Amino acid sequence: MSTNSTPAKELLVKSQSLIALVLMVVAMSLLSDSFLTVDNSWNILRQISVNLCLSIGMTLIILSGGIDLSVGAILALSGAIAAGVLKNGIAVPMFDVLLQFTLTGAIICGLAVGLLLGWFNGFVITRFKLPPFVATLGMFSIARGLTMLWTGGFPVTGLGPGFGYIGTGIFLGVPMPVWITVVLVGVFVTITRKTKFGRYLYAVGGNERAALLTGLRVNRIKVWVYTLGGGLAGIAGLLVTARLDSAQPNAGLGYELDSIAAVVIGGTSLSGGRGSVLGTVLGCLIIGVLNNGLFLLNVSPFWQQVVKGGVILLAVALDKMNARGREA
Amino acid sequence: MSELGDIALTAQGICKSFPGVRALDDVSLTLRRGRLTALLGENGAGKSTLMNIIAGVFPADSGEVKLGDEVVRFANPREAREAGISMIFQELNLAANLTVAENIFLGREPVNRFGFIDAAKMNREAAKLLEQLDLAVAPTTPLSQLRVGQQQIVEIAKALSTKARVLIMDEPTSAITQHEIEVLFGIVRKLKTQGVAIAYITHKLEELTRIGDDAVVMRDGKLIGAAPLQDLTRDQIVRMMVGRTMKARPPRTGATLGAEVLRVENVSLAHPDRPGDFLLHDVSLNVHRGEVLGIFGLMGAGRTELLESIFGLHPRAASGTCFVNGNQVRITGPVDAIGHGLALAPEDRKREGIVLGMSVVENASLASLPRFERRGFINEKAERQMVEESVARFRVKTPSIKQIIRNLSGGNQQKVILGKWLATEPSVLLLDEPTRGIDVNAKEEIYTLIHELSASGLAVIVVSSELPEILALSDRVMVLCEGRKTADLPRAEANEESLMQAALPHSVSTP
Repeated sequence: MSTNSTPAKELLVKSQSLIALVLMVVAMSLLSDSFLTVDNSWNILRQISVNLCLSIGMTLIILSGGIDLSVGAILALSGAIAAGVLKNGIAVPMFDVLLQFTLTGAIICGLAVGLLLGWFNGFVITRFKLPPFVATLGMFSIARGLTMLWTGGFPVTGLGPGFGYIGTGIFLGVPMPVWITVVLVGVFVTITRKTKFGRYLYAVGGNERAALLTGLRVNRIKVWVYTLGGGLAGIAGLLVTARLDSAQPNAGLGYELDSIAAVVIGGTSLSGGRGSVLGTVLGCLIIGVLNNGLFLLNVSPFWQQVVKGGVILLAVALDKMNARGREA
Repeated sequence: MSELGDIALTAQGICKSFPGVRALDDVSLTLRRGRLTALLGENGAGKSTLMNIIAGVFPADSGEVKLGDEVVRFANPREAREAGISMIFQELNLAANLTVAENIFLGREPVNRFGFIDAAKMNREAAKLLEQLDLAVAPTTPLSQLRVGQQQIVEIAKALSTKARVLIMDEPTSAITQHEIEVLFGIVRKLKTQGVAIAYITHKLEELTRIGDDAVVMRDGKLIGAAPLQDLTRDQIVRMMVGRTMKARPPRTGATLGAEVLRVENVSLAHPDRPGDFLLHDVSLNVHRGEVLGIFGLMGAGRTELLESIFGLHPRAASGTCFVNGNQVRITGPVDAIGHGLALAPEDRKREGIVLGMSVVENASLASLPRFERRGFINEKAERQMVEESVARFRVKTPSIKQIIRNLSGGNQQKVILGKWLATEPSVLLLDEPTRGIDVNAKEEIYTLIHELSASGLAVIVVSSELPEILALSDRVMVLCEGRKTADLPRAEANEESLMQAALPHSVSTP
């Protein structure tokens, strides 16, 4: 029984990452004149949108008690396939035809690849009882390899202004990638808080055995979670590709770790069942502000990595201390 | 050199709280060399908690333990063992994949001069211990191939091998045969002459007349009394254990039986590690509307496995047929089981019954959430209303239904679980040890609730290892022993003796 924790203290713990973010923003704006400007703010939001997109999916997966190491690789393959079919189409030698794709068709292809690979992760994890760490490590390698096979190791460039609009366009004064991620955040905050699926997600992550005995279709829920995670990685792939107007075979390298970091900094427990999508938004903002601020302060990128690592450790250590308070 | 009867260990003013429960309240205890002190009290009285503190499993909130004249504070059981305090745990703390000898010497393996494990020596010494205990298995046998009772003997061998000055035994005879009990008592007597102080938790008072010296009675975390056994009568002890002069709850009469709701026939469950062996063998049962069927058995009898098999948790390993309302059904998982009107409140509440980090309302609605779905969203108002009603009906004590369920006491958690299942409008309720770890008053409340539910037409199956509970709740009692059904008695014919006779392994040697 937490007899020693007052409501004020609980609020403090809950808004820990928000406070950290505010402190960082204040500190950065004192240290650098160019930090708190309109341009730079949009810049930060645009920069974090890809990671946020991945991290929403990662939040669902981690909430369910799993992990996904393949999202960066799925991002690369989705982007490459969308770019490839848009630019070159698919040749079907059997019928001697070349399938051409419209912009919408290409986007659907990219998304479908993400969903399919994510579904496959969920299928392998639930059907063969593989630990998610191992299953998605396998998928990481598979998707990376497929990306190389599909692109031959060369970037796919020259995708046209229509596709580029997704990454660089501005609608009502707001960059498109920010629009897309804001909508996704809204959708998934609602799903996790207001729907049966959301509730089941927390139950499965909080106590899988109890969820099973209560009659939840645990495997089906998990397959959905990984499928959604893959789909969101697909969207992130489209964003990255559109932004650069080219699909890089090495796109998204290491992004899975950034996204896990954002989820963890946002207060979601790696053991599942506790956390939120909004927390992850804060986690992404913290990483974004940190990267951007240190860049403006001319801190070497090598030091940026060191600092980011320290922030992750600090966030998790604080979370553990709070968790101990809850238990005792 | 100290004498028999000298103080070996004292515990002074021990207090311990767990979330929602005060498990020990200022308890003191003295153990003397060469004497067996029996710790008596109902489940949840705090006996095991006290012993766990003495054996270093977890620390006390306050109070001190003195070993001889020296105040000791153990960080873990290993330190306690090295100081000469050994404990035989109620739950088997053995590694199923290791051999008998490896288990006995786990963490203390004899090594040769190169620092490698001296397997030959280890097996030799294990064989000596096993011979003392009259257990006819090779030291190299994998533990998983032993019966539960035999595993318990291995646990005892493990404790003996440490040459303890203080030996704590937590219900060591709950799963072993009469012959094994005799051997154990022989060992206990020998240890006493060697000056070992023994603390002995048991529910079987008759055992104490044979090996006991002193008695300590606990209730609800408090010490009620301590005296030499010869100064106490059985009635006195029972009165101290129960506290208020609680007459044994009168057996229920006048239950009106309706139609048969559930019948299972020839349920067998293959043993996961021993091919050809069974955890359950050809067990059949049925239960009617308005009836409470009690299932009694000792540890390892297959009680939990039977409920799990019925509920579809062993779809591959289990066989048998199942009829609901006279129609044959196939249940391959909890979803099927719930669909056919079954509900299971599992034995291990925290691990299987609830999601500890979720609130009361979220736990209580988890099984019936589709009912509250409107246009894809949860109708939280309807959900809250259902849970408020259920909390009121089951008299759950919680400051708010938004309280995290972790902060509720065991009894209130169990009531939330009952409410969760009632919301699915089941026709058969399967309850596995419904009052384990729940204090006496909450226990009574749960009994009352179970009877109310059965009176409202539900069929209830209660599995319990506590005889008084079975006798208080059931209209009919079935007994399991080592996976077989050994008795099916109407309440009028069931009493402590007839049930225990059927539950003990030695009484079923001739099928």
